[in-house]
Amino acid sequence: MISNFNFYKLLPWAVTLLLILPIIALIFNAFSIDNSGTFQHLIDTVLLTYSLNTLFLILGVVSLSFIFALPVAWFVACCEFPSRTILQWALMLPLALPPYIVAIVYTDLLDFSGPVQQFLRSLMGWQQISDYYFPDIRSLLGAILILSLTLYPYLYLLLRSAFLGQSGALFQAARSLGLSPLAAFFRVSLPLSRSAIAVGLSLIAMESLGDFATVNYFAVSTLTTAVYDTWLELGSLTTAAKISSLMLLALVVLITLENYSRRKQKIYQRSGATHTELRFVLRGWKKWGALLFSWSLLIGAFILPLLTLFYYALSYFSESLNARLWQYTLNSFWLAIIVAGLALVIALIVNFYQRLSPGILAKSCIRLSSLGYAVPGTVVAIAVLIPFTNIDLLLNQLLVEFGFSRVGLLFSGTLFILVIAYLVRFSAIAVGSIDSSLAQVSPSLDLASRSLGQNAAQTIRRVNLPLIKKGMLSATILVFIEAMKELPTALLLRPFNFETLATYVYQFVSDEMIEFAALPALLIVLMGLLPFIIVNRLLENAT
Amino acid sequence: MLIKKICTSAIVLATLSLITFASLADEVNVYSFRQPFLIEPIMQEFTKQTGIKVNILFAKKGLIERVKREGELSPADLVLTTDISRLMKLNNLNLTQAVDSKVLTANIPSQYRDPKQHWFALTTRVRNIYSSSERVGPANITYQDLASPEFKGKICTRSGKHPYNVSLVASVIAHQGEASAKVWLEGLKANLARKPQGNDRAQVKAVKDGLCDYALGNNYYLGKMLADPKQVPWAQAVNINFPNQKTTGAHVNVSGVVLAKYAPNKSNAIKLMEFLSDDLAQQIYAEVNYEYPVKESVPASKLVASWGDFKADQLPLAEIAKQHKAAIKLLDEVKFDL
Repeated sequence: MISNFNFYKLLPWAVTLLLILPIIALIFNAFSIDNSGTFQHLIDTVLLTYSLNTLFLILGVVSLSFIFALPVAWFVACCEFPSRTILQWALMLPLALPPYIVAIVYTDLLDFSGPVQQFLRSLMGWQQISDYYFPDIRSLLGAILILSLTLYPYLYLLLRSAFLGQSGALFQAARSLGLSPLAAFFRVSLPLSRSAIAVGLSLIAMESLGDFATVNYFAVSTLTTAVYDTWLELGSLTTAAKISSLMLLALVVLITLENYSRRKQKIYQRSGATHTELRFVLRGWKKWGALLFSWSLLIGAFILPLLTLFYYALSYFSESLNARLWQYTLNSFWLAIIVAGLALVIALIVNFYQRLSPGILAKSCIRLSSLGYAVPGTVVAIAVLIPFTNIDLLLNQLLVEFGFSRVGLLFSGTLFILVIAYLVRFSAIAVGSIDSSLAQVSPSLDLASRSLGQNAAQTIRRVNLPLIKKGMLSATILVFIEAMKELPTALLLRPFNFETLATYVYQFVSDEMIEFAALPALLIVLMGLLPFIIVNRLLENAT
Repeated sequence: MLIKKICTSAIVLATLSLITFASLADEVNVYSFRQPFLIEPIMQEFTKQTGIKVNILFAKKGLIERVKREGELSPADLVLTTDISRLMKLNNLNLTQAVDSKVLTANIPSQYRDPKQHWFALTTRVRNIYSSSERVGPANITYQDLASPEFKGKICTRSGKHPYNVSLVASVIAHQGEASAKVWLEGLKANLARKPQGNDRAQVKAVKDGLCDYALGNNYYLGKMLADPKQVPWAQAVNINFPNQKTTGAHVNVSGVVLAKYAPNKSNAIKLMEFLSDDLAQQIYAEVNYEYPVKESVPASKLVASWGDFKADQLPLAEIAKQHKAAIKLLDEVKFDL
């Protein structure tokens, strides 16, 4: 019993330590002495612009994702209108598209020689660029739009399940007390979903902060640009680590503030009628409005980019089809499966730690284990290399001391380090989804179970886990999809001769040869979608 | 459970990696900044001739950091890269070792290799100025001209921070000093038709679209665009010009190779280096990627040769690479990309 107790307290910290080890290494570097004056140089020149760009990018993506996700989540969770059953799962699909691919597709569609401007020119009789104004997609606004289109599903997913989990009776009570549907939504449903909104938006904020490929493609310089420049070009790890640490600090402060501001709110699912049974039937302009908004979003975020990719893939089919594609698909698949499984286990460990012994320690465990998501991929990659190459060097030294032969880079030269890097990046997603689904399970259920003689482990297994089954599935799928798309860490940390679909796509995309990349890019999307659709079917049949 | 899982997977992976890394003796490991479509055919030829298996890791960022972190355990034998600044950086970080090879010294002219034999260039490329064939025609132009007011709103380029542009700026600093280079860079920035974006091909496309009349771009992109049906019209919309022909000569950069300091397969690695500098590989570089071979007896591709001879900048590459950091800082100071 006693050893069990220790184990369950130690395990979450061991897991968290593993995930933040690279970040600790990074912060440690930030405080080492650097005489190059690089940081001062940045302050004197571009740091302010970079910081403002980063700030606007994150605010923009967070707001726009909110504007996209909130209405559609409400429509599909609480209203009844044509095509709702299709939309409720289809609106998650944009997650499977890598943002940098969407960025390229939209640039091709919208730039001067793209079909949209060509059409406008032939329609209006314009000849050249100076004859008219057309907004430039390669800009901060373009980056905000593309990132929001690909990231809003995080919020949508969490909001929808929050709305679905809310008691419809509360809403009905608010209505019977004289509130209009809209007022009831803003004064009851929305506040009740605050935890889901917070988790969703912080995931989106972290992902935007960590993005490099998309903003770089759109020629927007952010703090991530500064990290890359100082580290890889100016060779100042200290400065790069400083900037990364400051970015993380700002994020931690924001998230902590948000948490603090709702410290007194505890919202749990009650029994009684859910919205599922009490959906509004939308009629008239409301119906058309909901249809127009939802379908425009789906078309813009998913159908249009997908069709464009199909078109490219078909026109360059013979050039892009080759035998190795199958191998790369398998590589991506297994890597993503392993990472998704491990991330789920990690998320359960830290979340149940908080469930069983709530408090500042458990809370920090959750926050810390999620930090890596906000760190740009290449930075994670190198940060992960710092501790693990040291471990390898030590290990080999020891082996030689004891008269054995060297084993080489046991950890840092193998797929092991790739899996660790993915976990550092993506555990946050699993931790977040489990957090928000566990938050909906009232602790009184735990107490009831314990008073009926079940111990903590039995309560988890027999009460909590079955109740968060959906959350577990979505956590796994989300990490799986992210891992399928992940590029920068895979590029740098993979062993020799190892390609994933994403690294293969990059070979062409980096040279702006999107047509050749279309087929493997479609495979990424398809692989991300399959488990997703299967699981959705299972869930729908179950309920 | 988790710990068990991690341990098991670590052991399995480690065993796998041991099999791949340690047991195959006849192999050579390459970290490559250069792209697969170019490097793979060359390596296939090498394996065909020697039976030595080539393991490659391709990445465009961070490979130097990786070698550095891996230290004496690094599996890398060779690092293949573009840009003199990267070759020098590997050397300055003490990640390379000298290679004493008669083949290399015979194949590679002395200005294209390190006097201490730590780095070797394999190809050269020119930073050209493309001009609109419709609105400008062939142009006798210098990099310095691009900063003069008459070119206002007429110039397109990729990010100033891209190694190709950084090295160009570094060469201007090396020639005329930092203060004068800054004035030039400010003038160039003021003349840009749009914020720096895209790659070198995208600039040629912008010329075709009428966004600008002049674009900075490496010579081989023209060849590559002519080989892609979709991009042929872009390529046909421009003339390729060798800049500074009456002054200092066109800026020439290199792609090259270093032998890693802790190369585990040293003799194989040197064989591969020699192969890369020799006729067959040099021809592939010339024909597949339209670069200039360093080996003088190997001709450039027909297309590249048709652009004619040109005068190259005579400043030693090492002098240009020394200004690399100064160039990056200058680009920040004039907020070139913003």
